[in-house]
Amino acid sequence: MLSRVAEHIYWFGRYTERAENTARLLKVNTTLLLDLPPKITFGWGHLPRIAGCQEAFDEHHEQADENNVVHFLILDERNPSSILSSLRSARENMRTTRDLMPREVWEQVNRLYYRVREQGQQAMSRQRRHEFLDQIILDANMISGLLFGGMSNDQAFRFLHIGIDIERADMTTRIIDVRSESLLPEQSEDIMPFLNIQWMSMLRSLTAYQMYRRHIRRRVNGPDVLRFLLQNTEFPRAVVFCLNRLNSTLLQLPHSEPCINQVIQLRTHVAGGEFHQLIEQGLSEFLDQIQLELNTLHSCLHKHYFAVEEQGESQSQFSRSD
Amino acid sequence: MVDMKKELANYNCNAFYDELFAASGQPRPSAQKLLDFIGAMSADDLQDRTTAVDLAIKVMGISFTVYSEGDMIDRAWPFDLLPRIIPRSEWDAIDLGLKQRVTALNLFIQDLYNDQKVIKDGVFPAELLSESVNFRKQCIGVTPPLGIWAHICGSDLVRDAEGTVYVLEDNLRVPSGVSYMLENRQVTKRVLPEIFEHMNIMPVDDYPSQLYDTLAALSPRPQDEPNIVLLTPGIFNSAYFEHAYLAQQMGIELVQGSDLAVLDDDCVYMRTVEGLQRVDVIYRRVDDLFIDPEAFNPKSVLGAAGLMRAWTKGNVALANAPGAGVADDKVVYTYVPQLIKYYLDEDARLPNVPSYLCMDNKQREHVLANIDQLVVKPANESGGYGMLVGPKSTRAEQDKFRELIKANPRNYMAQPTLALSTTPTVIGNQVKPRHVDLRPFILSRDIQYTTMGGLTRVALVEGSLVVNSSQGGGSKDTWIVDDLHQDGGTR
Repeated sequence: MLSRVAEHIYWFGRYTERAENTARLLKVNTTLLLDLPPKITFGWGHLPRIAGCQEAFDEHHEQADENNVVHFLILDERNPSSILSSLRSARENMRTTRDLMPREVWEQVNRLYYRVREQGQQAMSRQRRHEFLDQIILDANMISGLLFGGMSNDQAFRFLHIGIDIERADMTTRIIDVRSESLLPEQSEDIMPFLNIQWMSMLRSLTAYQMYRRHIRRRVNGPDVLRFLLQNTEFPRAVVFCLNRLNSTLLQLPHSEPCINQVIQLRTHVAGGEFHQLIEQGLSEFLDQIQLELNTLHSCLHKHYFAVEEQGESQSQFSRSD
Repeated sequence: MVDMKKELANYNCNAFYDELFAASGQPRPSAQKLLDFIGAMSADDLQDRTTAVDLAIKVMGISFTVYSEGDMIDRAWPFDLLPRIIPRSEWDAIDLGLKQRVTALNLFIQDLYNDQKVIKDGVFPAELLSESVNFRKQCIGVTPPLGIWAHICGSDLVRDAEGTVYVLEDNLRVPSGVSYMLENRQVTKRVLPEIFEHMNIMPVDDYPSQLYDTLAALSPRPQDEPNIVLLTPGIFNSAYFEHAYLAQQMGIELVQGSDLAVLDDDCVYMRTVEGLQRVDVIYRRVDDLFIDPEAFNPKSVLGAAGLMRAWTKGNVALANAPGAGVADDKVVYTYVPQLIKYYLDEDARLPNVPSYLCMDNKQREHVLANIDQLVVKPANESGGYGMLVGPKSTRAEQDKFRELIKANPRNYMAQPTLALSTTPTVIGNQVKPRHVDLRPFILSRDIQYTTMGGLTRVALVEGSLVVNSSQGGGSKDTWIVDDLHQDGGTR
């Protein structure tokens, strides 16, 4: 398989996953706002940082109000991670790799792209936003359905899967970060009654509430939710689950040892999280660290599978398999 | 509402040769069954089928690319429901003529880059060669596998008012359109399935495997399974759809220049996730000036540095061979009948359109004096660009071309405006005659193969002679109908 093609497929996976999860990110923030008592204010200003586009946001906006942030994250093409930009990138990456995926996927990606482009304004009103974001999530899941039900489990599929899992692990940590940002001291008198509701909202935004209840038969509480979303080995949006699957996918690729080592190292790190303490202090830093290490994993993939494309790169690192 | 029976009865052939009607109200024998079938359709039925055509084209994703549309780079392929029909007996003669022509052209190219006997024998003027912009001195002394340079040729055929078939031009560089020929047939089969049961229509689907065999025959490592790739300039090229389509149909990799590397051993490799893999044959759809920045345009990023090195050493095959374009410029074209005589000692089976070479003083005077009656073409443009259609041009355009010709006579030739043949075409809810041409494709290795028919392009604008899809042309399915085996009524 051509390196360039592998890279396009990988990015296709990442961008569709990113579009879906950015919708989830906005969903969790919108519902958290509704769940909190009116006198507690936490607004929208933290979202650009969490979505990893603070700089681009500051460049174009002075005020981080709801309108600006929501528009920036959904519709603004100046934000390379907005839902619209992600879908555009997914489309451009698929354009040259169409023959590797079922035709219906291409049609569905186009449909979703045009839906966001043409109907995205709906999301600007809180009233319609929820429905709109849910629709994006559903549409994105239709793409995964078409891929997982109709694509041969070949080399291309593996790179797609790797892209999806890396992005999903990354975005799960970001979605958790929304909650940690909103966190006032847990003992604060005012917020106590609302705490569990907040955790439940977050689980729901990740379609994780039902599964959580099945796995953990205690009343919802912060450390358990964090353990579930980060360390669970059975829930498909949990970080460790994604890492385990990355591991087994990588095992099927040639000379994948360096990347596998990176995955194992990261998994050890995630699995070692003590959330009773982290929830008091350092959760955001812990999550940032995971994101950084996922980035390192990406660089590792790039170096071993994709970089072959770059002009002027030394060719000595590639063995001749002829 | 359209009444098909009435439409066909009222169909007016004018003074042109019509592909389906011998005269108004009088279908040609090979088209009788089709026209009966269409005539018996209700208005609703026809409407349904035209809608089905649009749907099929969207669903099958048949598109072509237009540069100027910015965001929407794919445009749906304009297709007309009514096929164009040529009887098998007539086609067989055309087929022989095409093969003869390509054989002579390949011998000519091989000769030009080697002994140049054709010049020494005074058949082809040396000054024409020295002024040719498509002669590649990098190819001098090279003999590609089997001595063949143009493995894939697309020749444009037209008919005049008498019905005579002429060759209008040969495309020996990177001829395109064959994927549309294949897809057009798929669409027609979907939309008019009944008719295929009652007519003996020759299949066209064999092309991708024939092309694959042609490419495989060039491999420098014939003992192994050859690694064949299709080199595309990329997604923004107007023929990208075709590149992707053909690669997929043949099961070969679609590569871009950046996917390839030529190493110190002068072999070509492609960069894969498994490492570098040797490439044996490149079906290149990149113009030869861009395939190797080391040998040609140093700024090109569409090719791979060192490709020519690998090719001249025989470590990789390129189809078509670089430099093959020397034989498809419109001035060389005028010599093809003499070249056929010289190399094969045969008379040309297919005639050229009479042409005036502007480099010849007498012929140039004729062109300058009658420019309003002629079609003037630059020697090296394709896609209908840069030409003047005299009868449809303004005085200012004519003056501009007079100046262009005087400034660079070698670069221009002119032909009389042909009364191109027409064929019935659905326009709105009517059936109207529209002008067509035909581009068959000829493959050459140790044996030759011609497509059954080819791509029929149709000028959808009334009276227009410009059939290029980039300039408002459409296309039709082309049927070679077997009139030699009459018993084949049902299959």
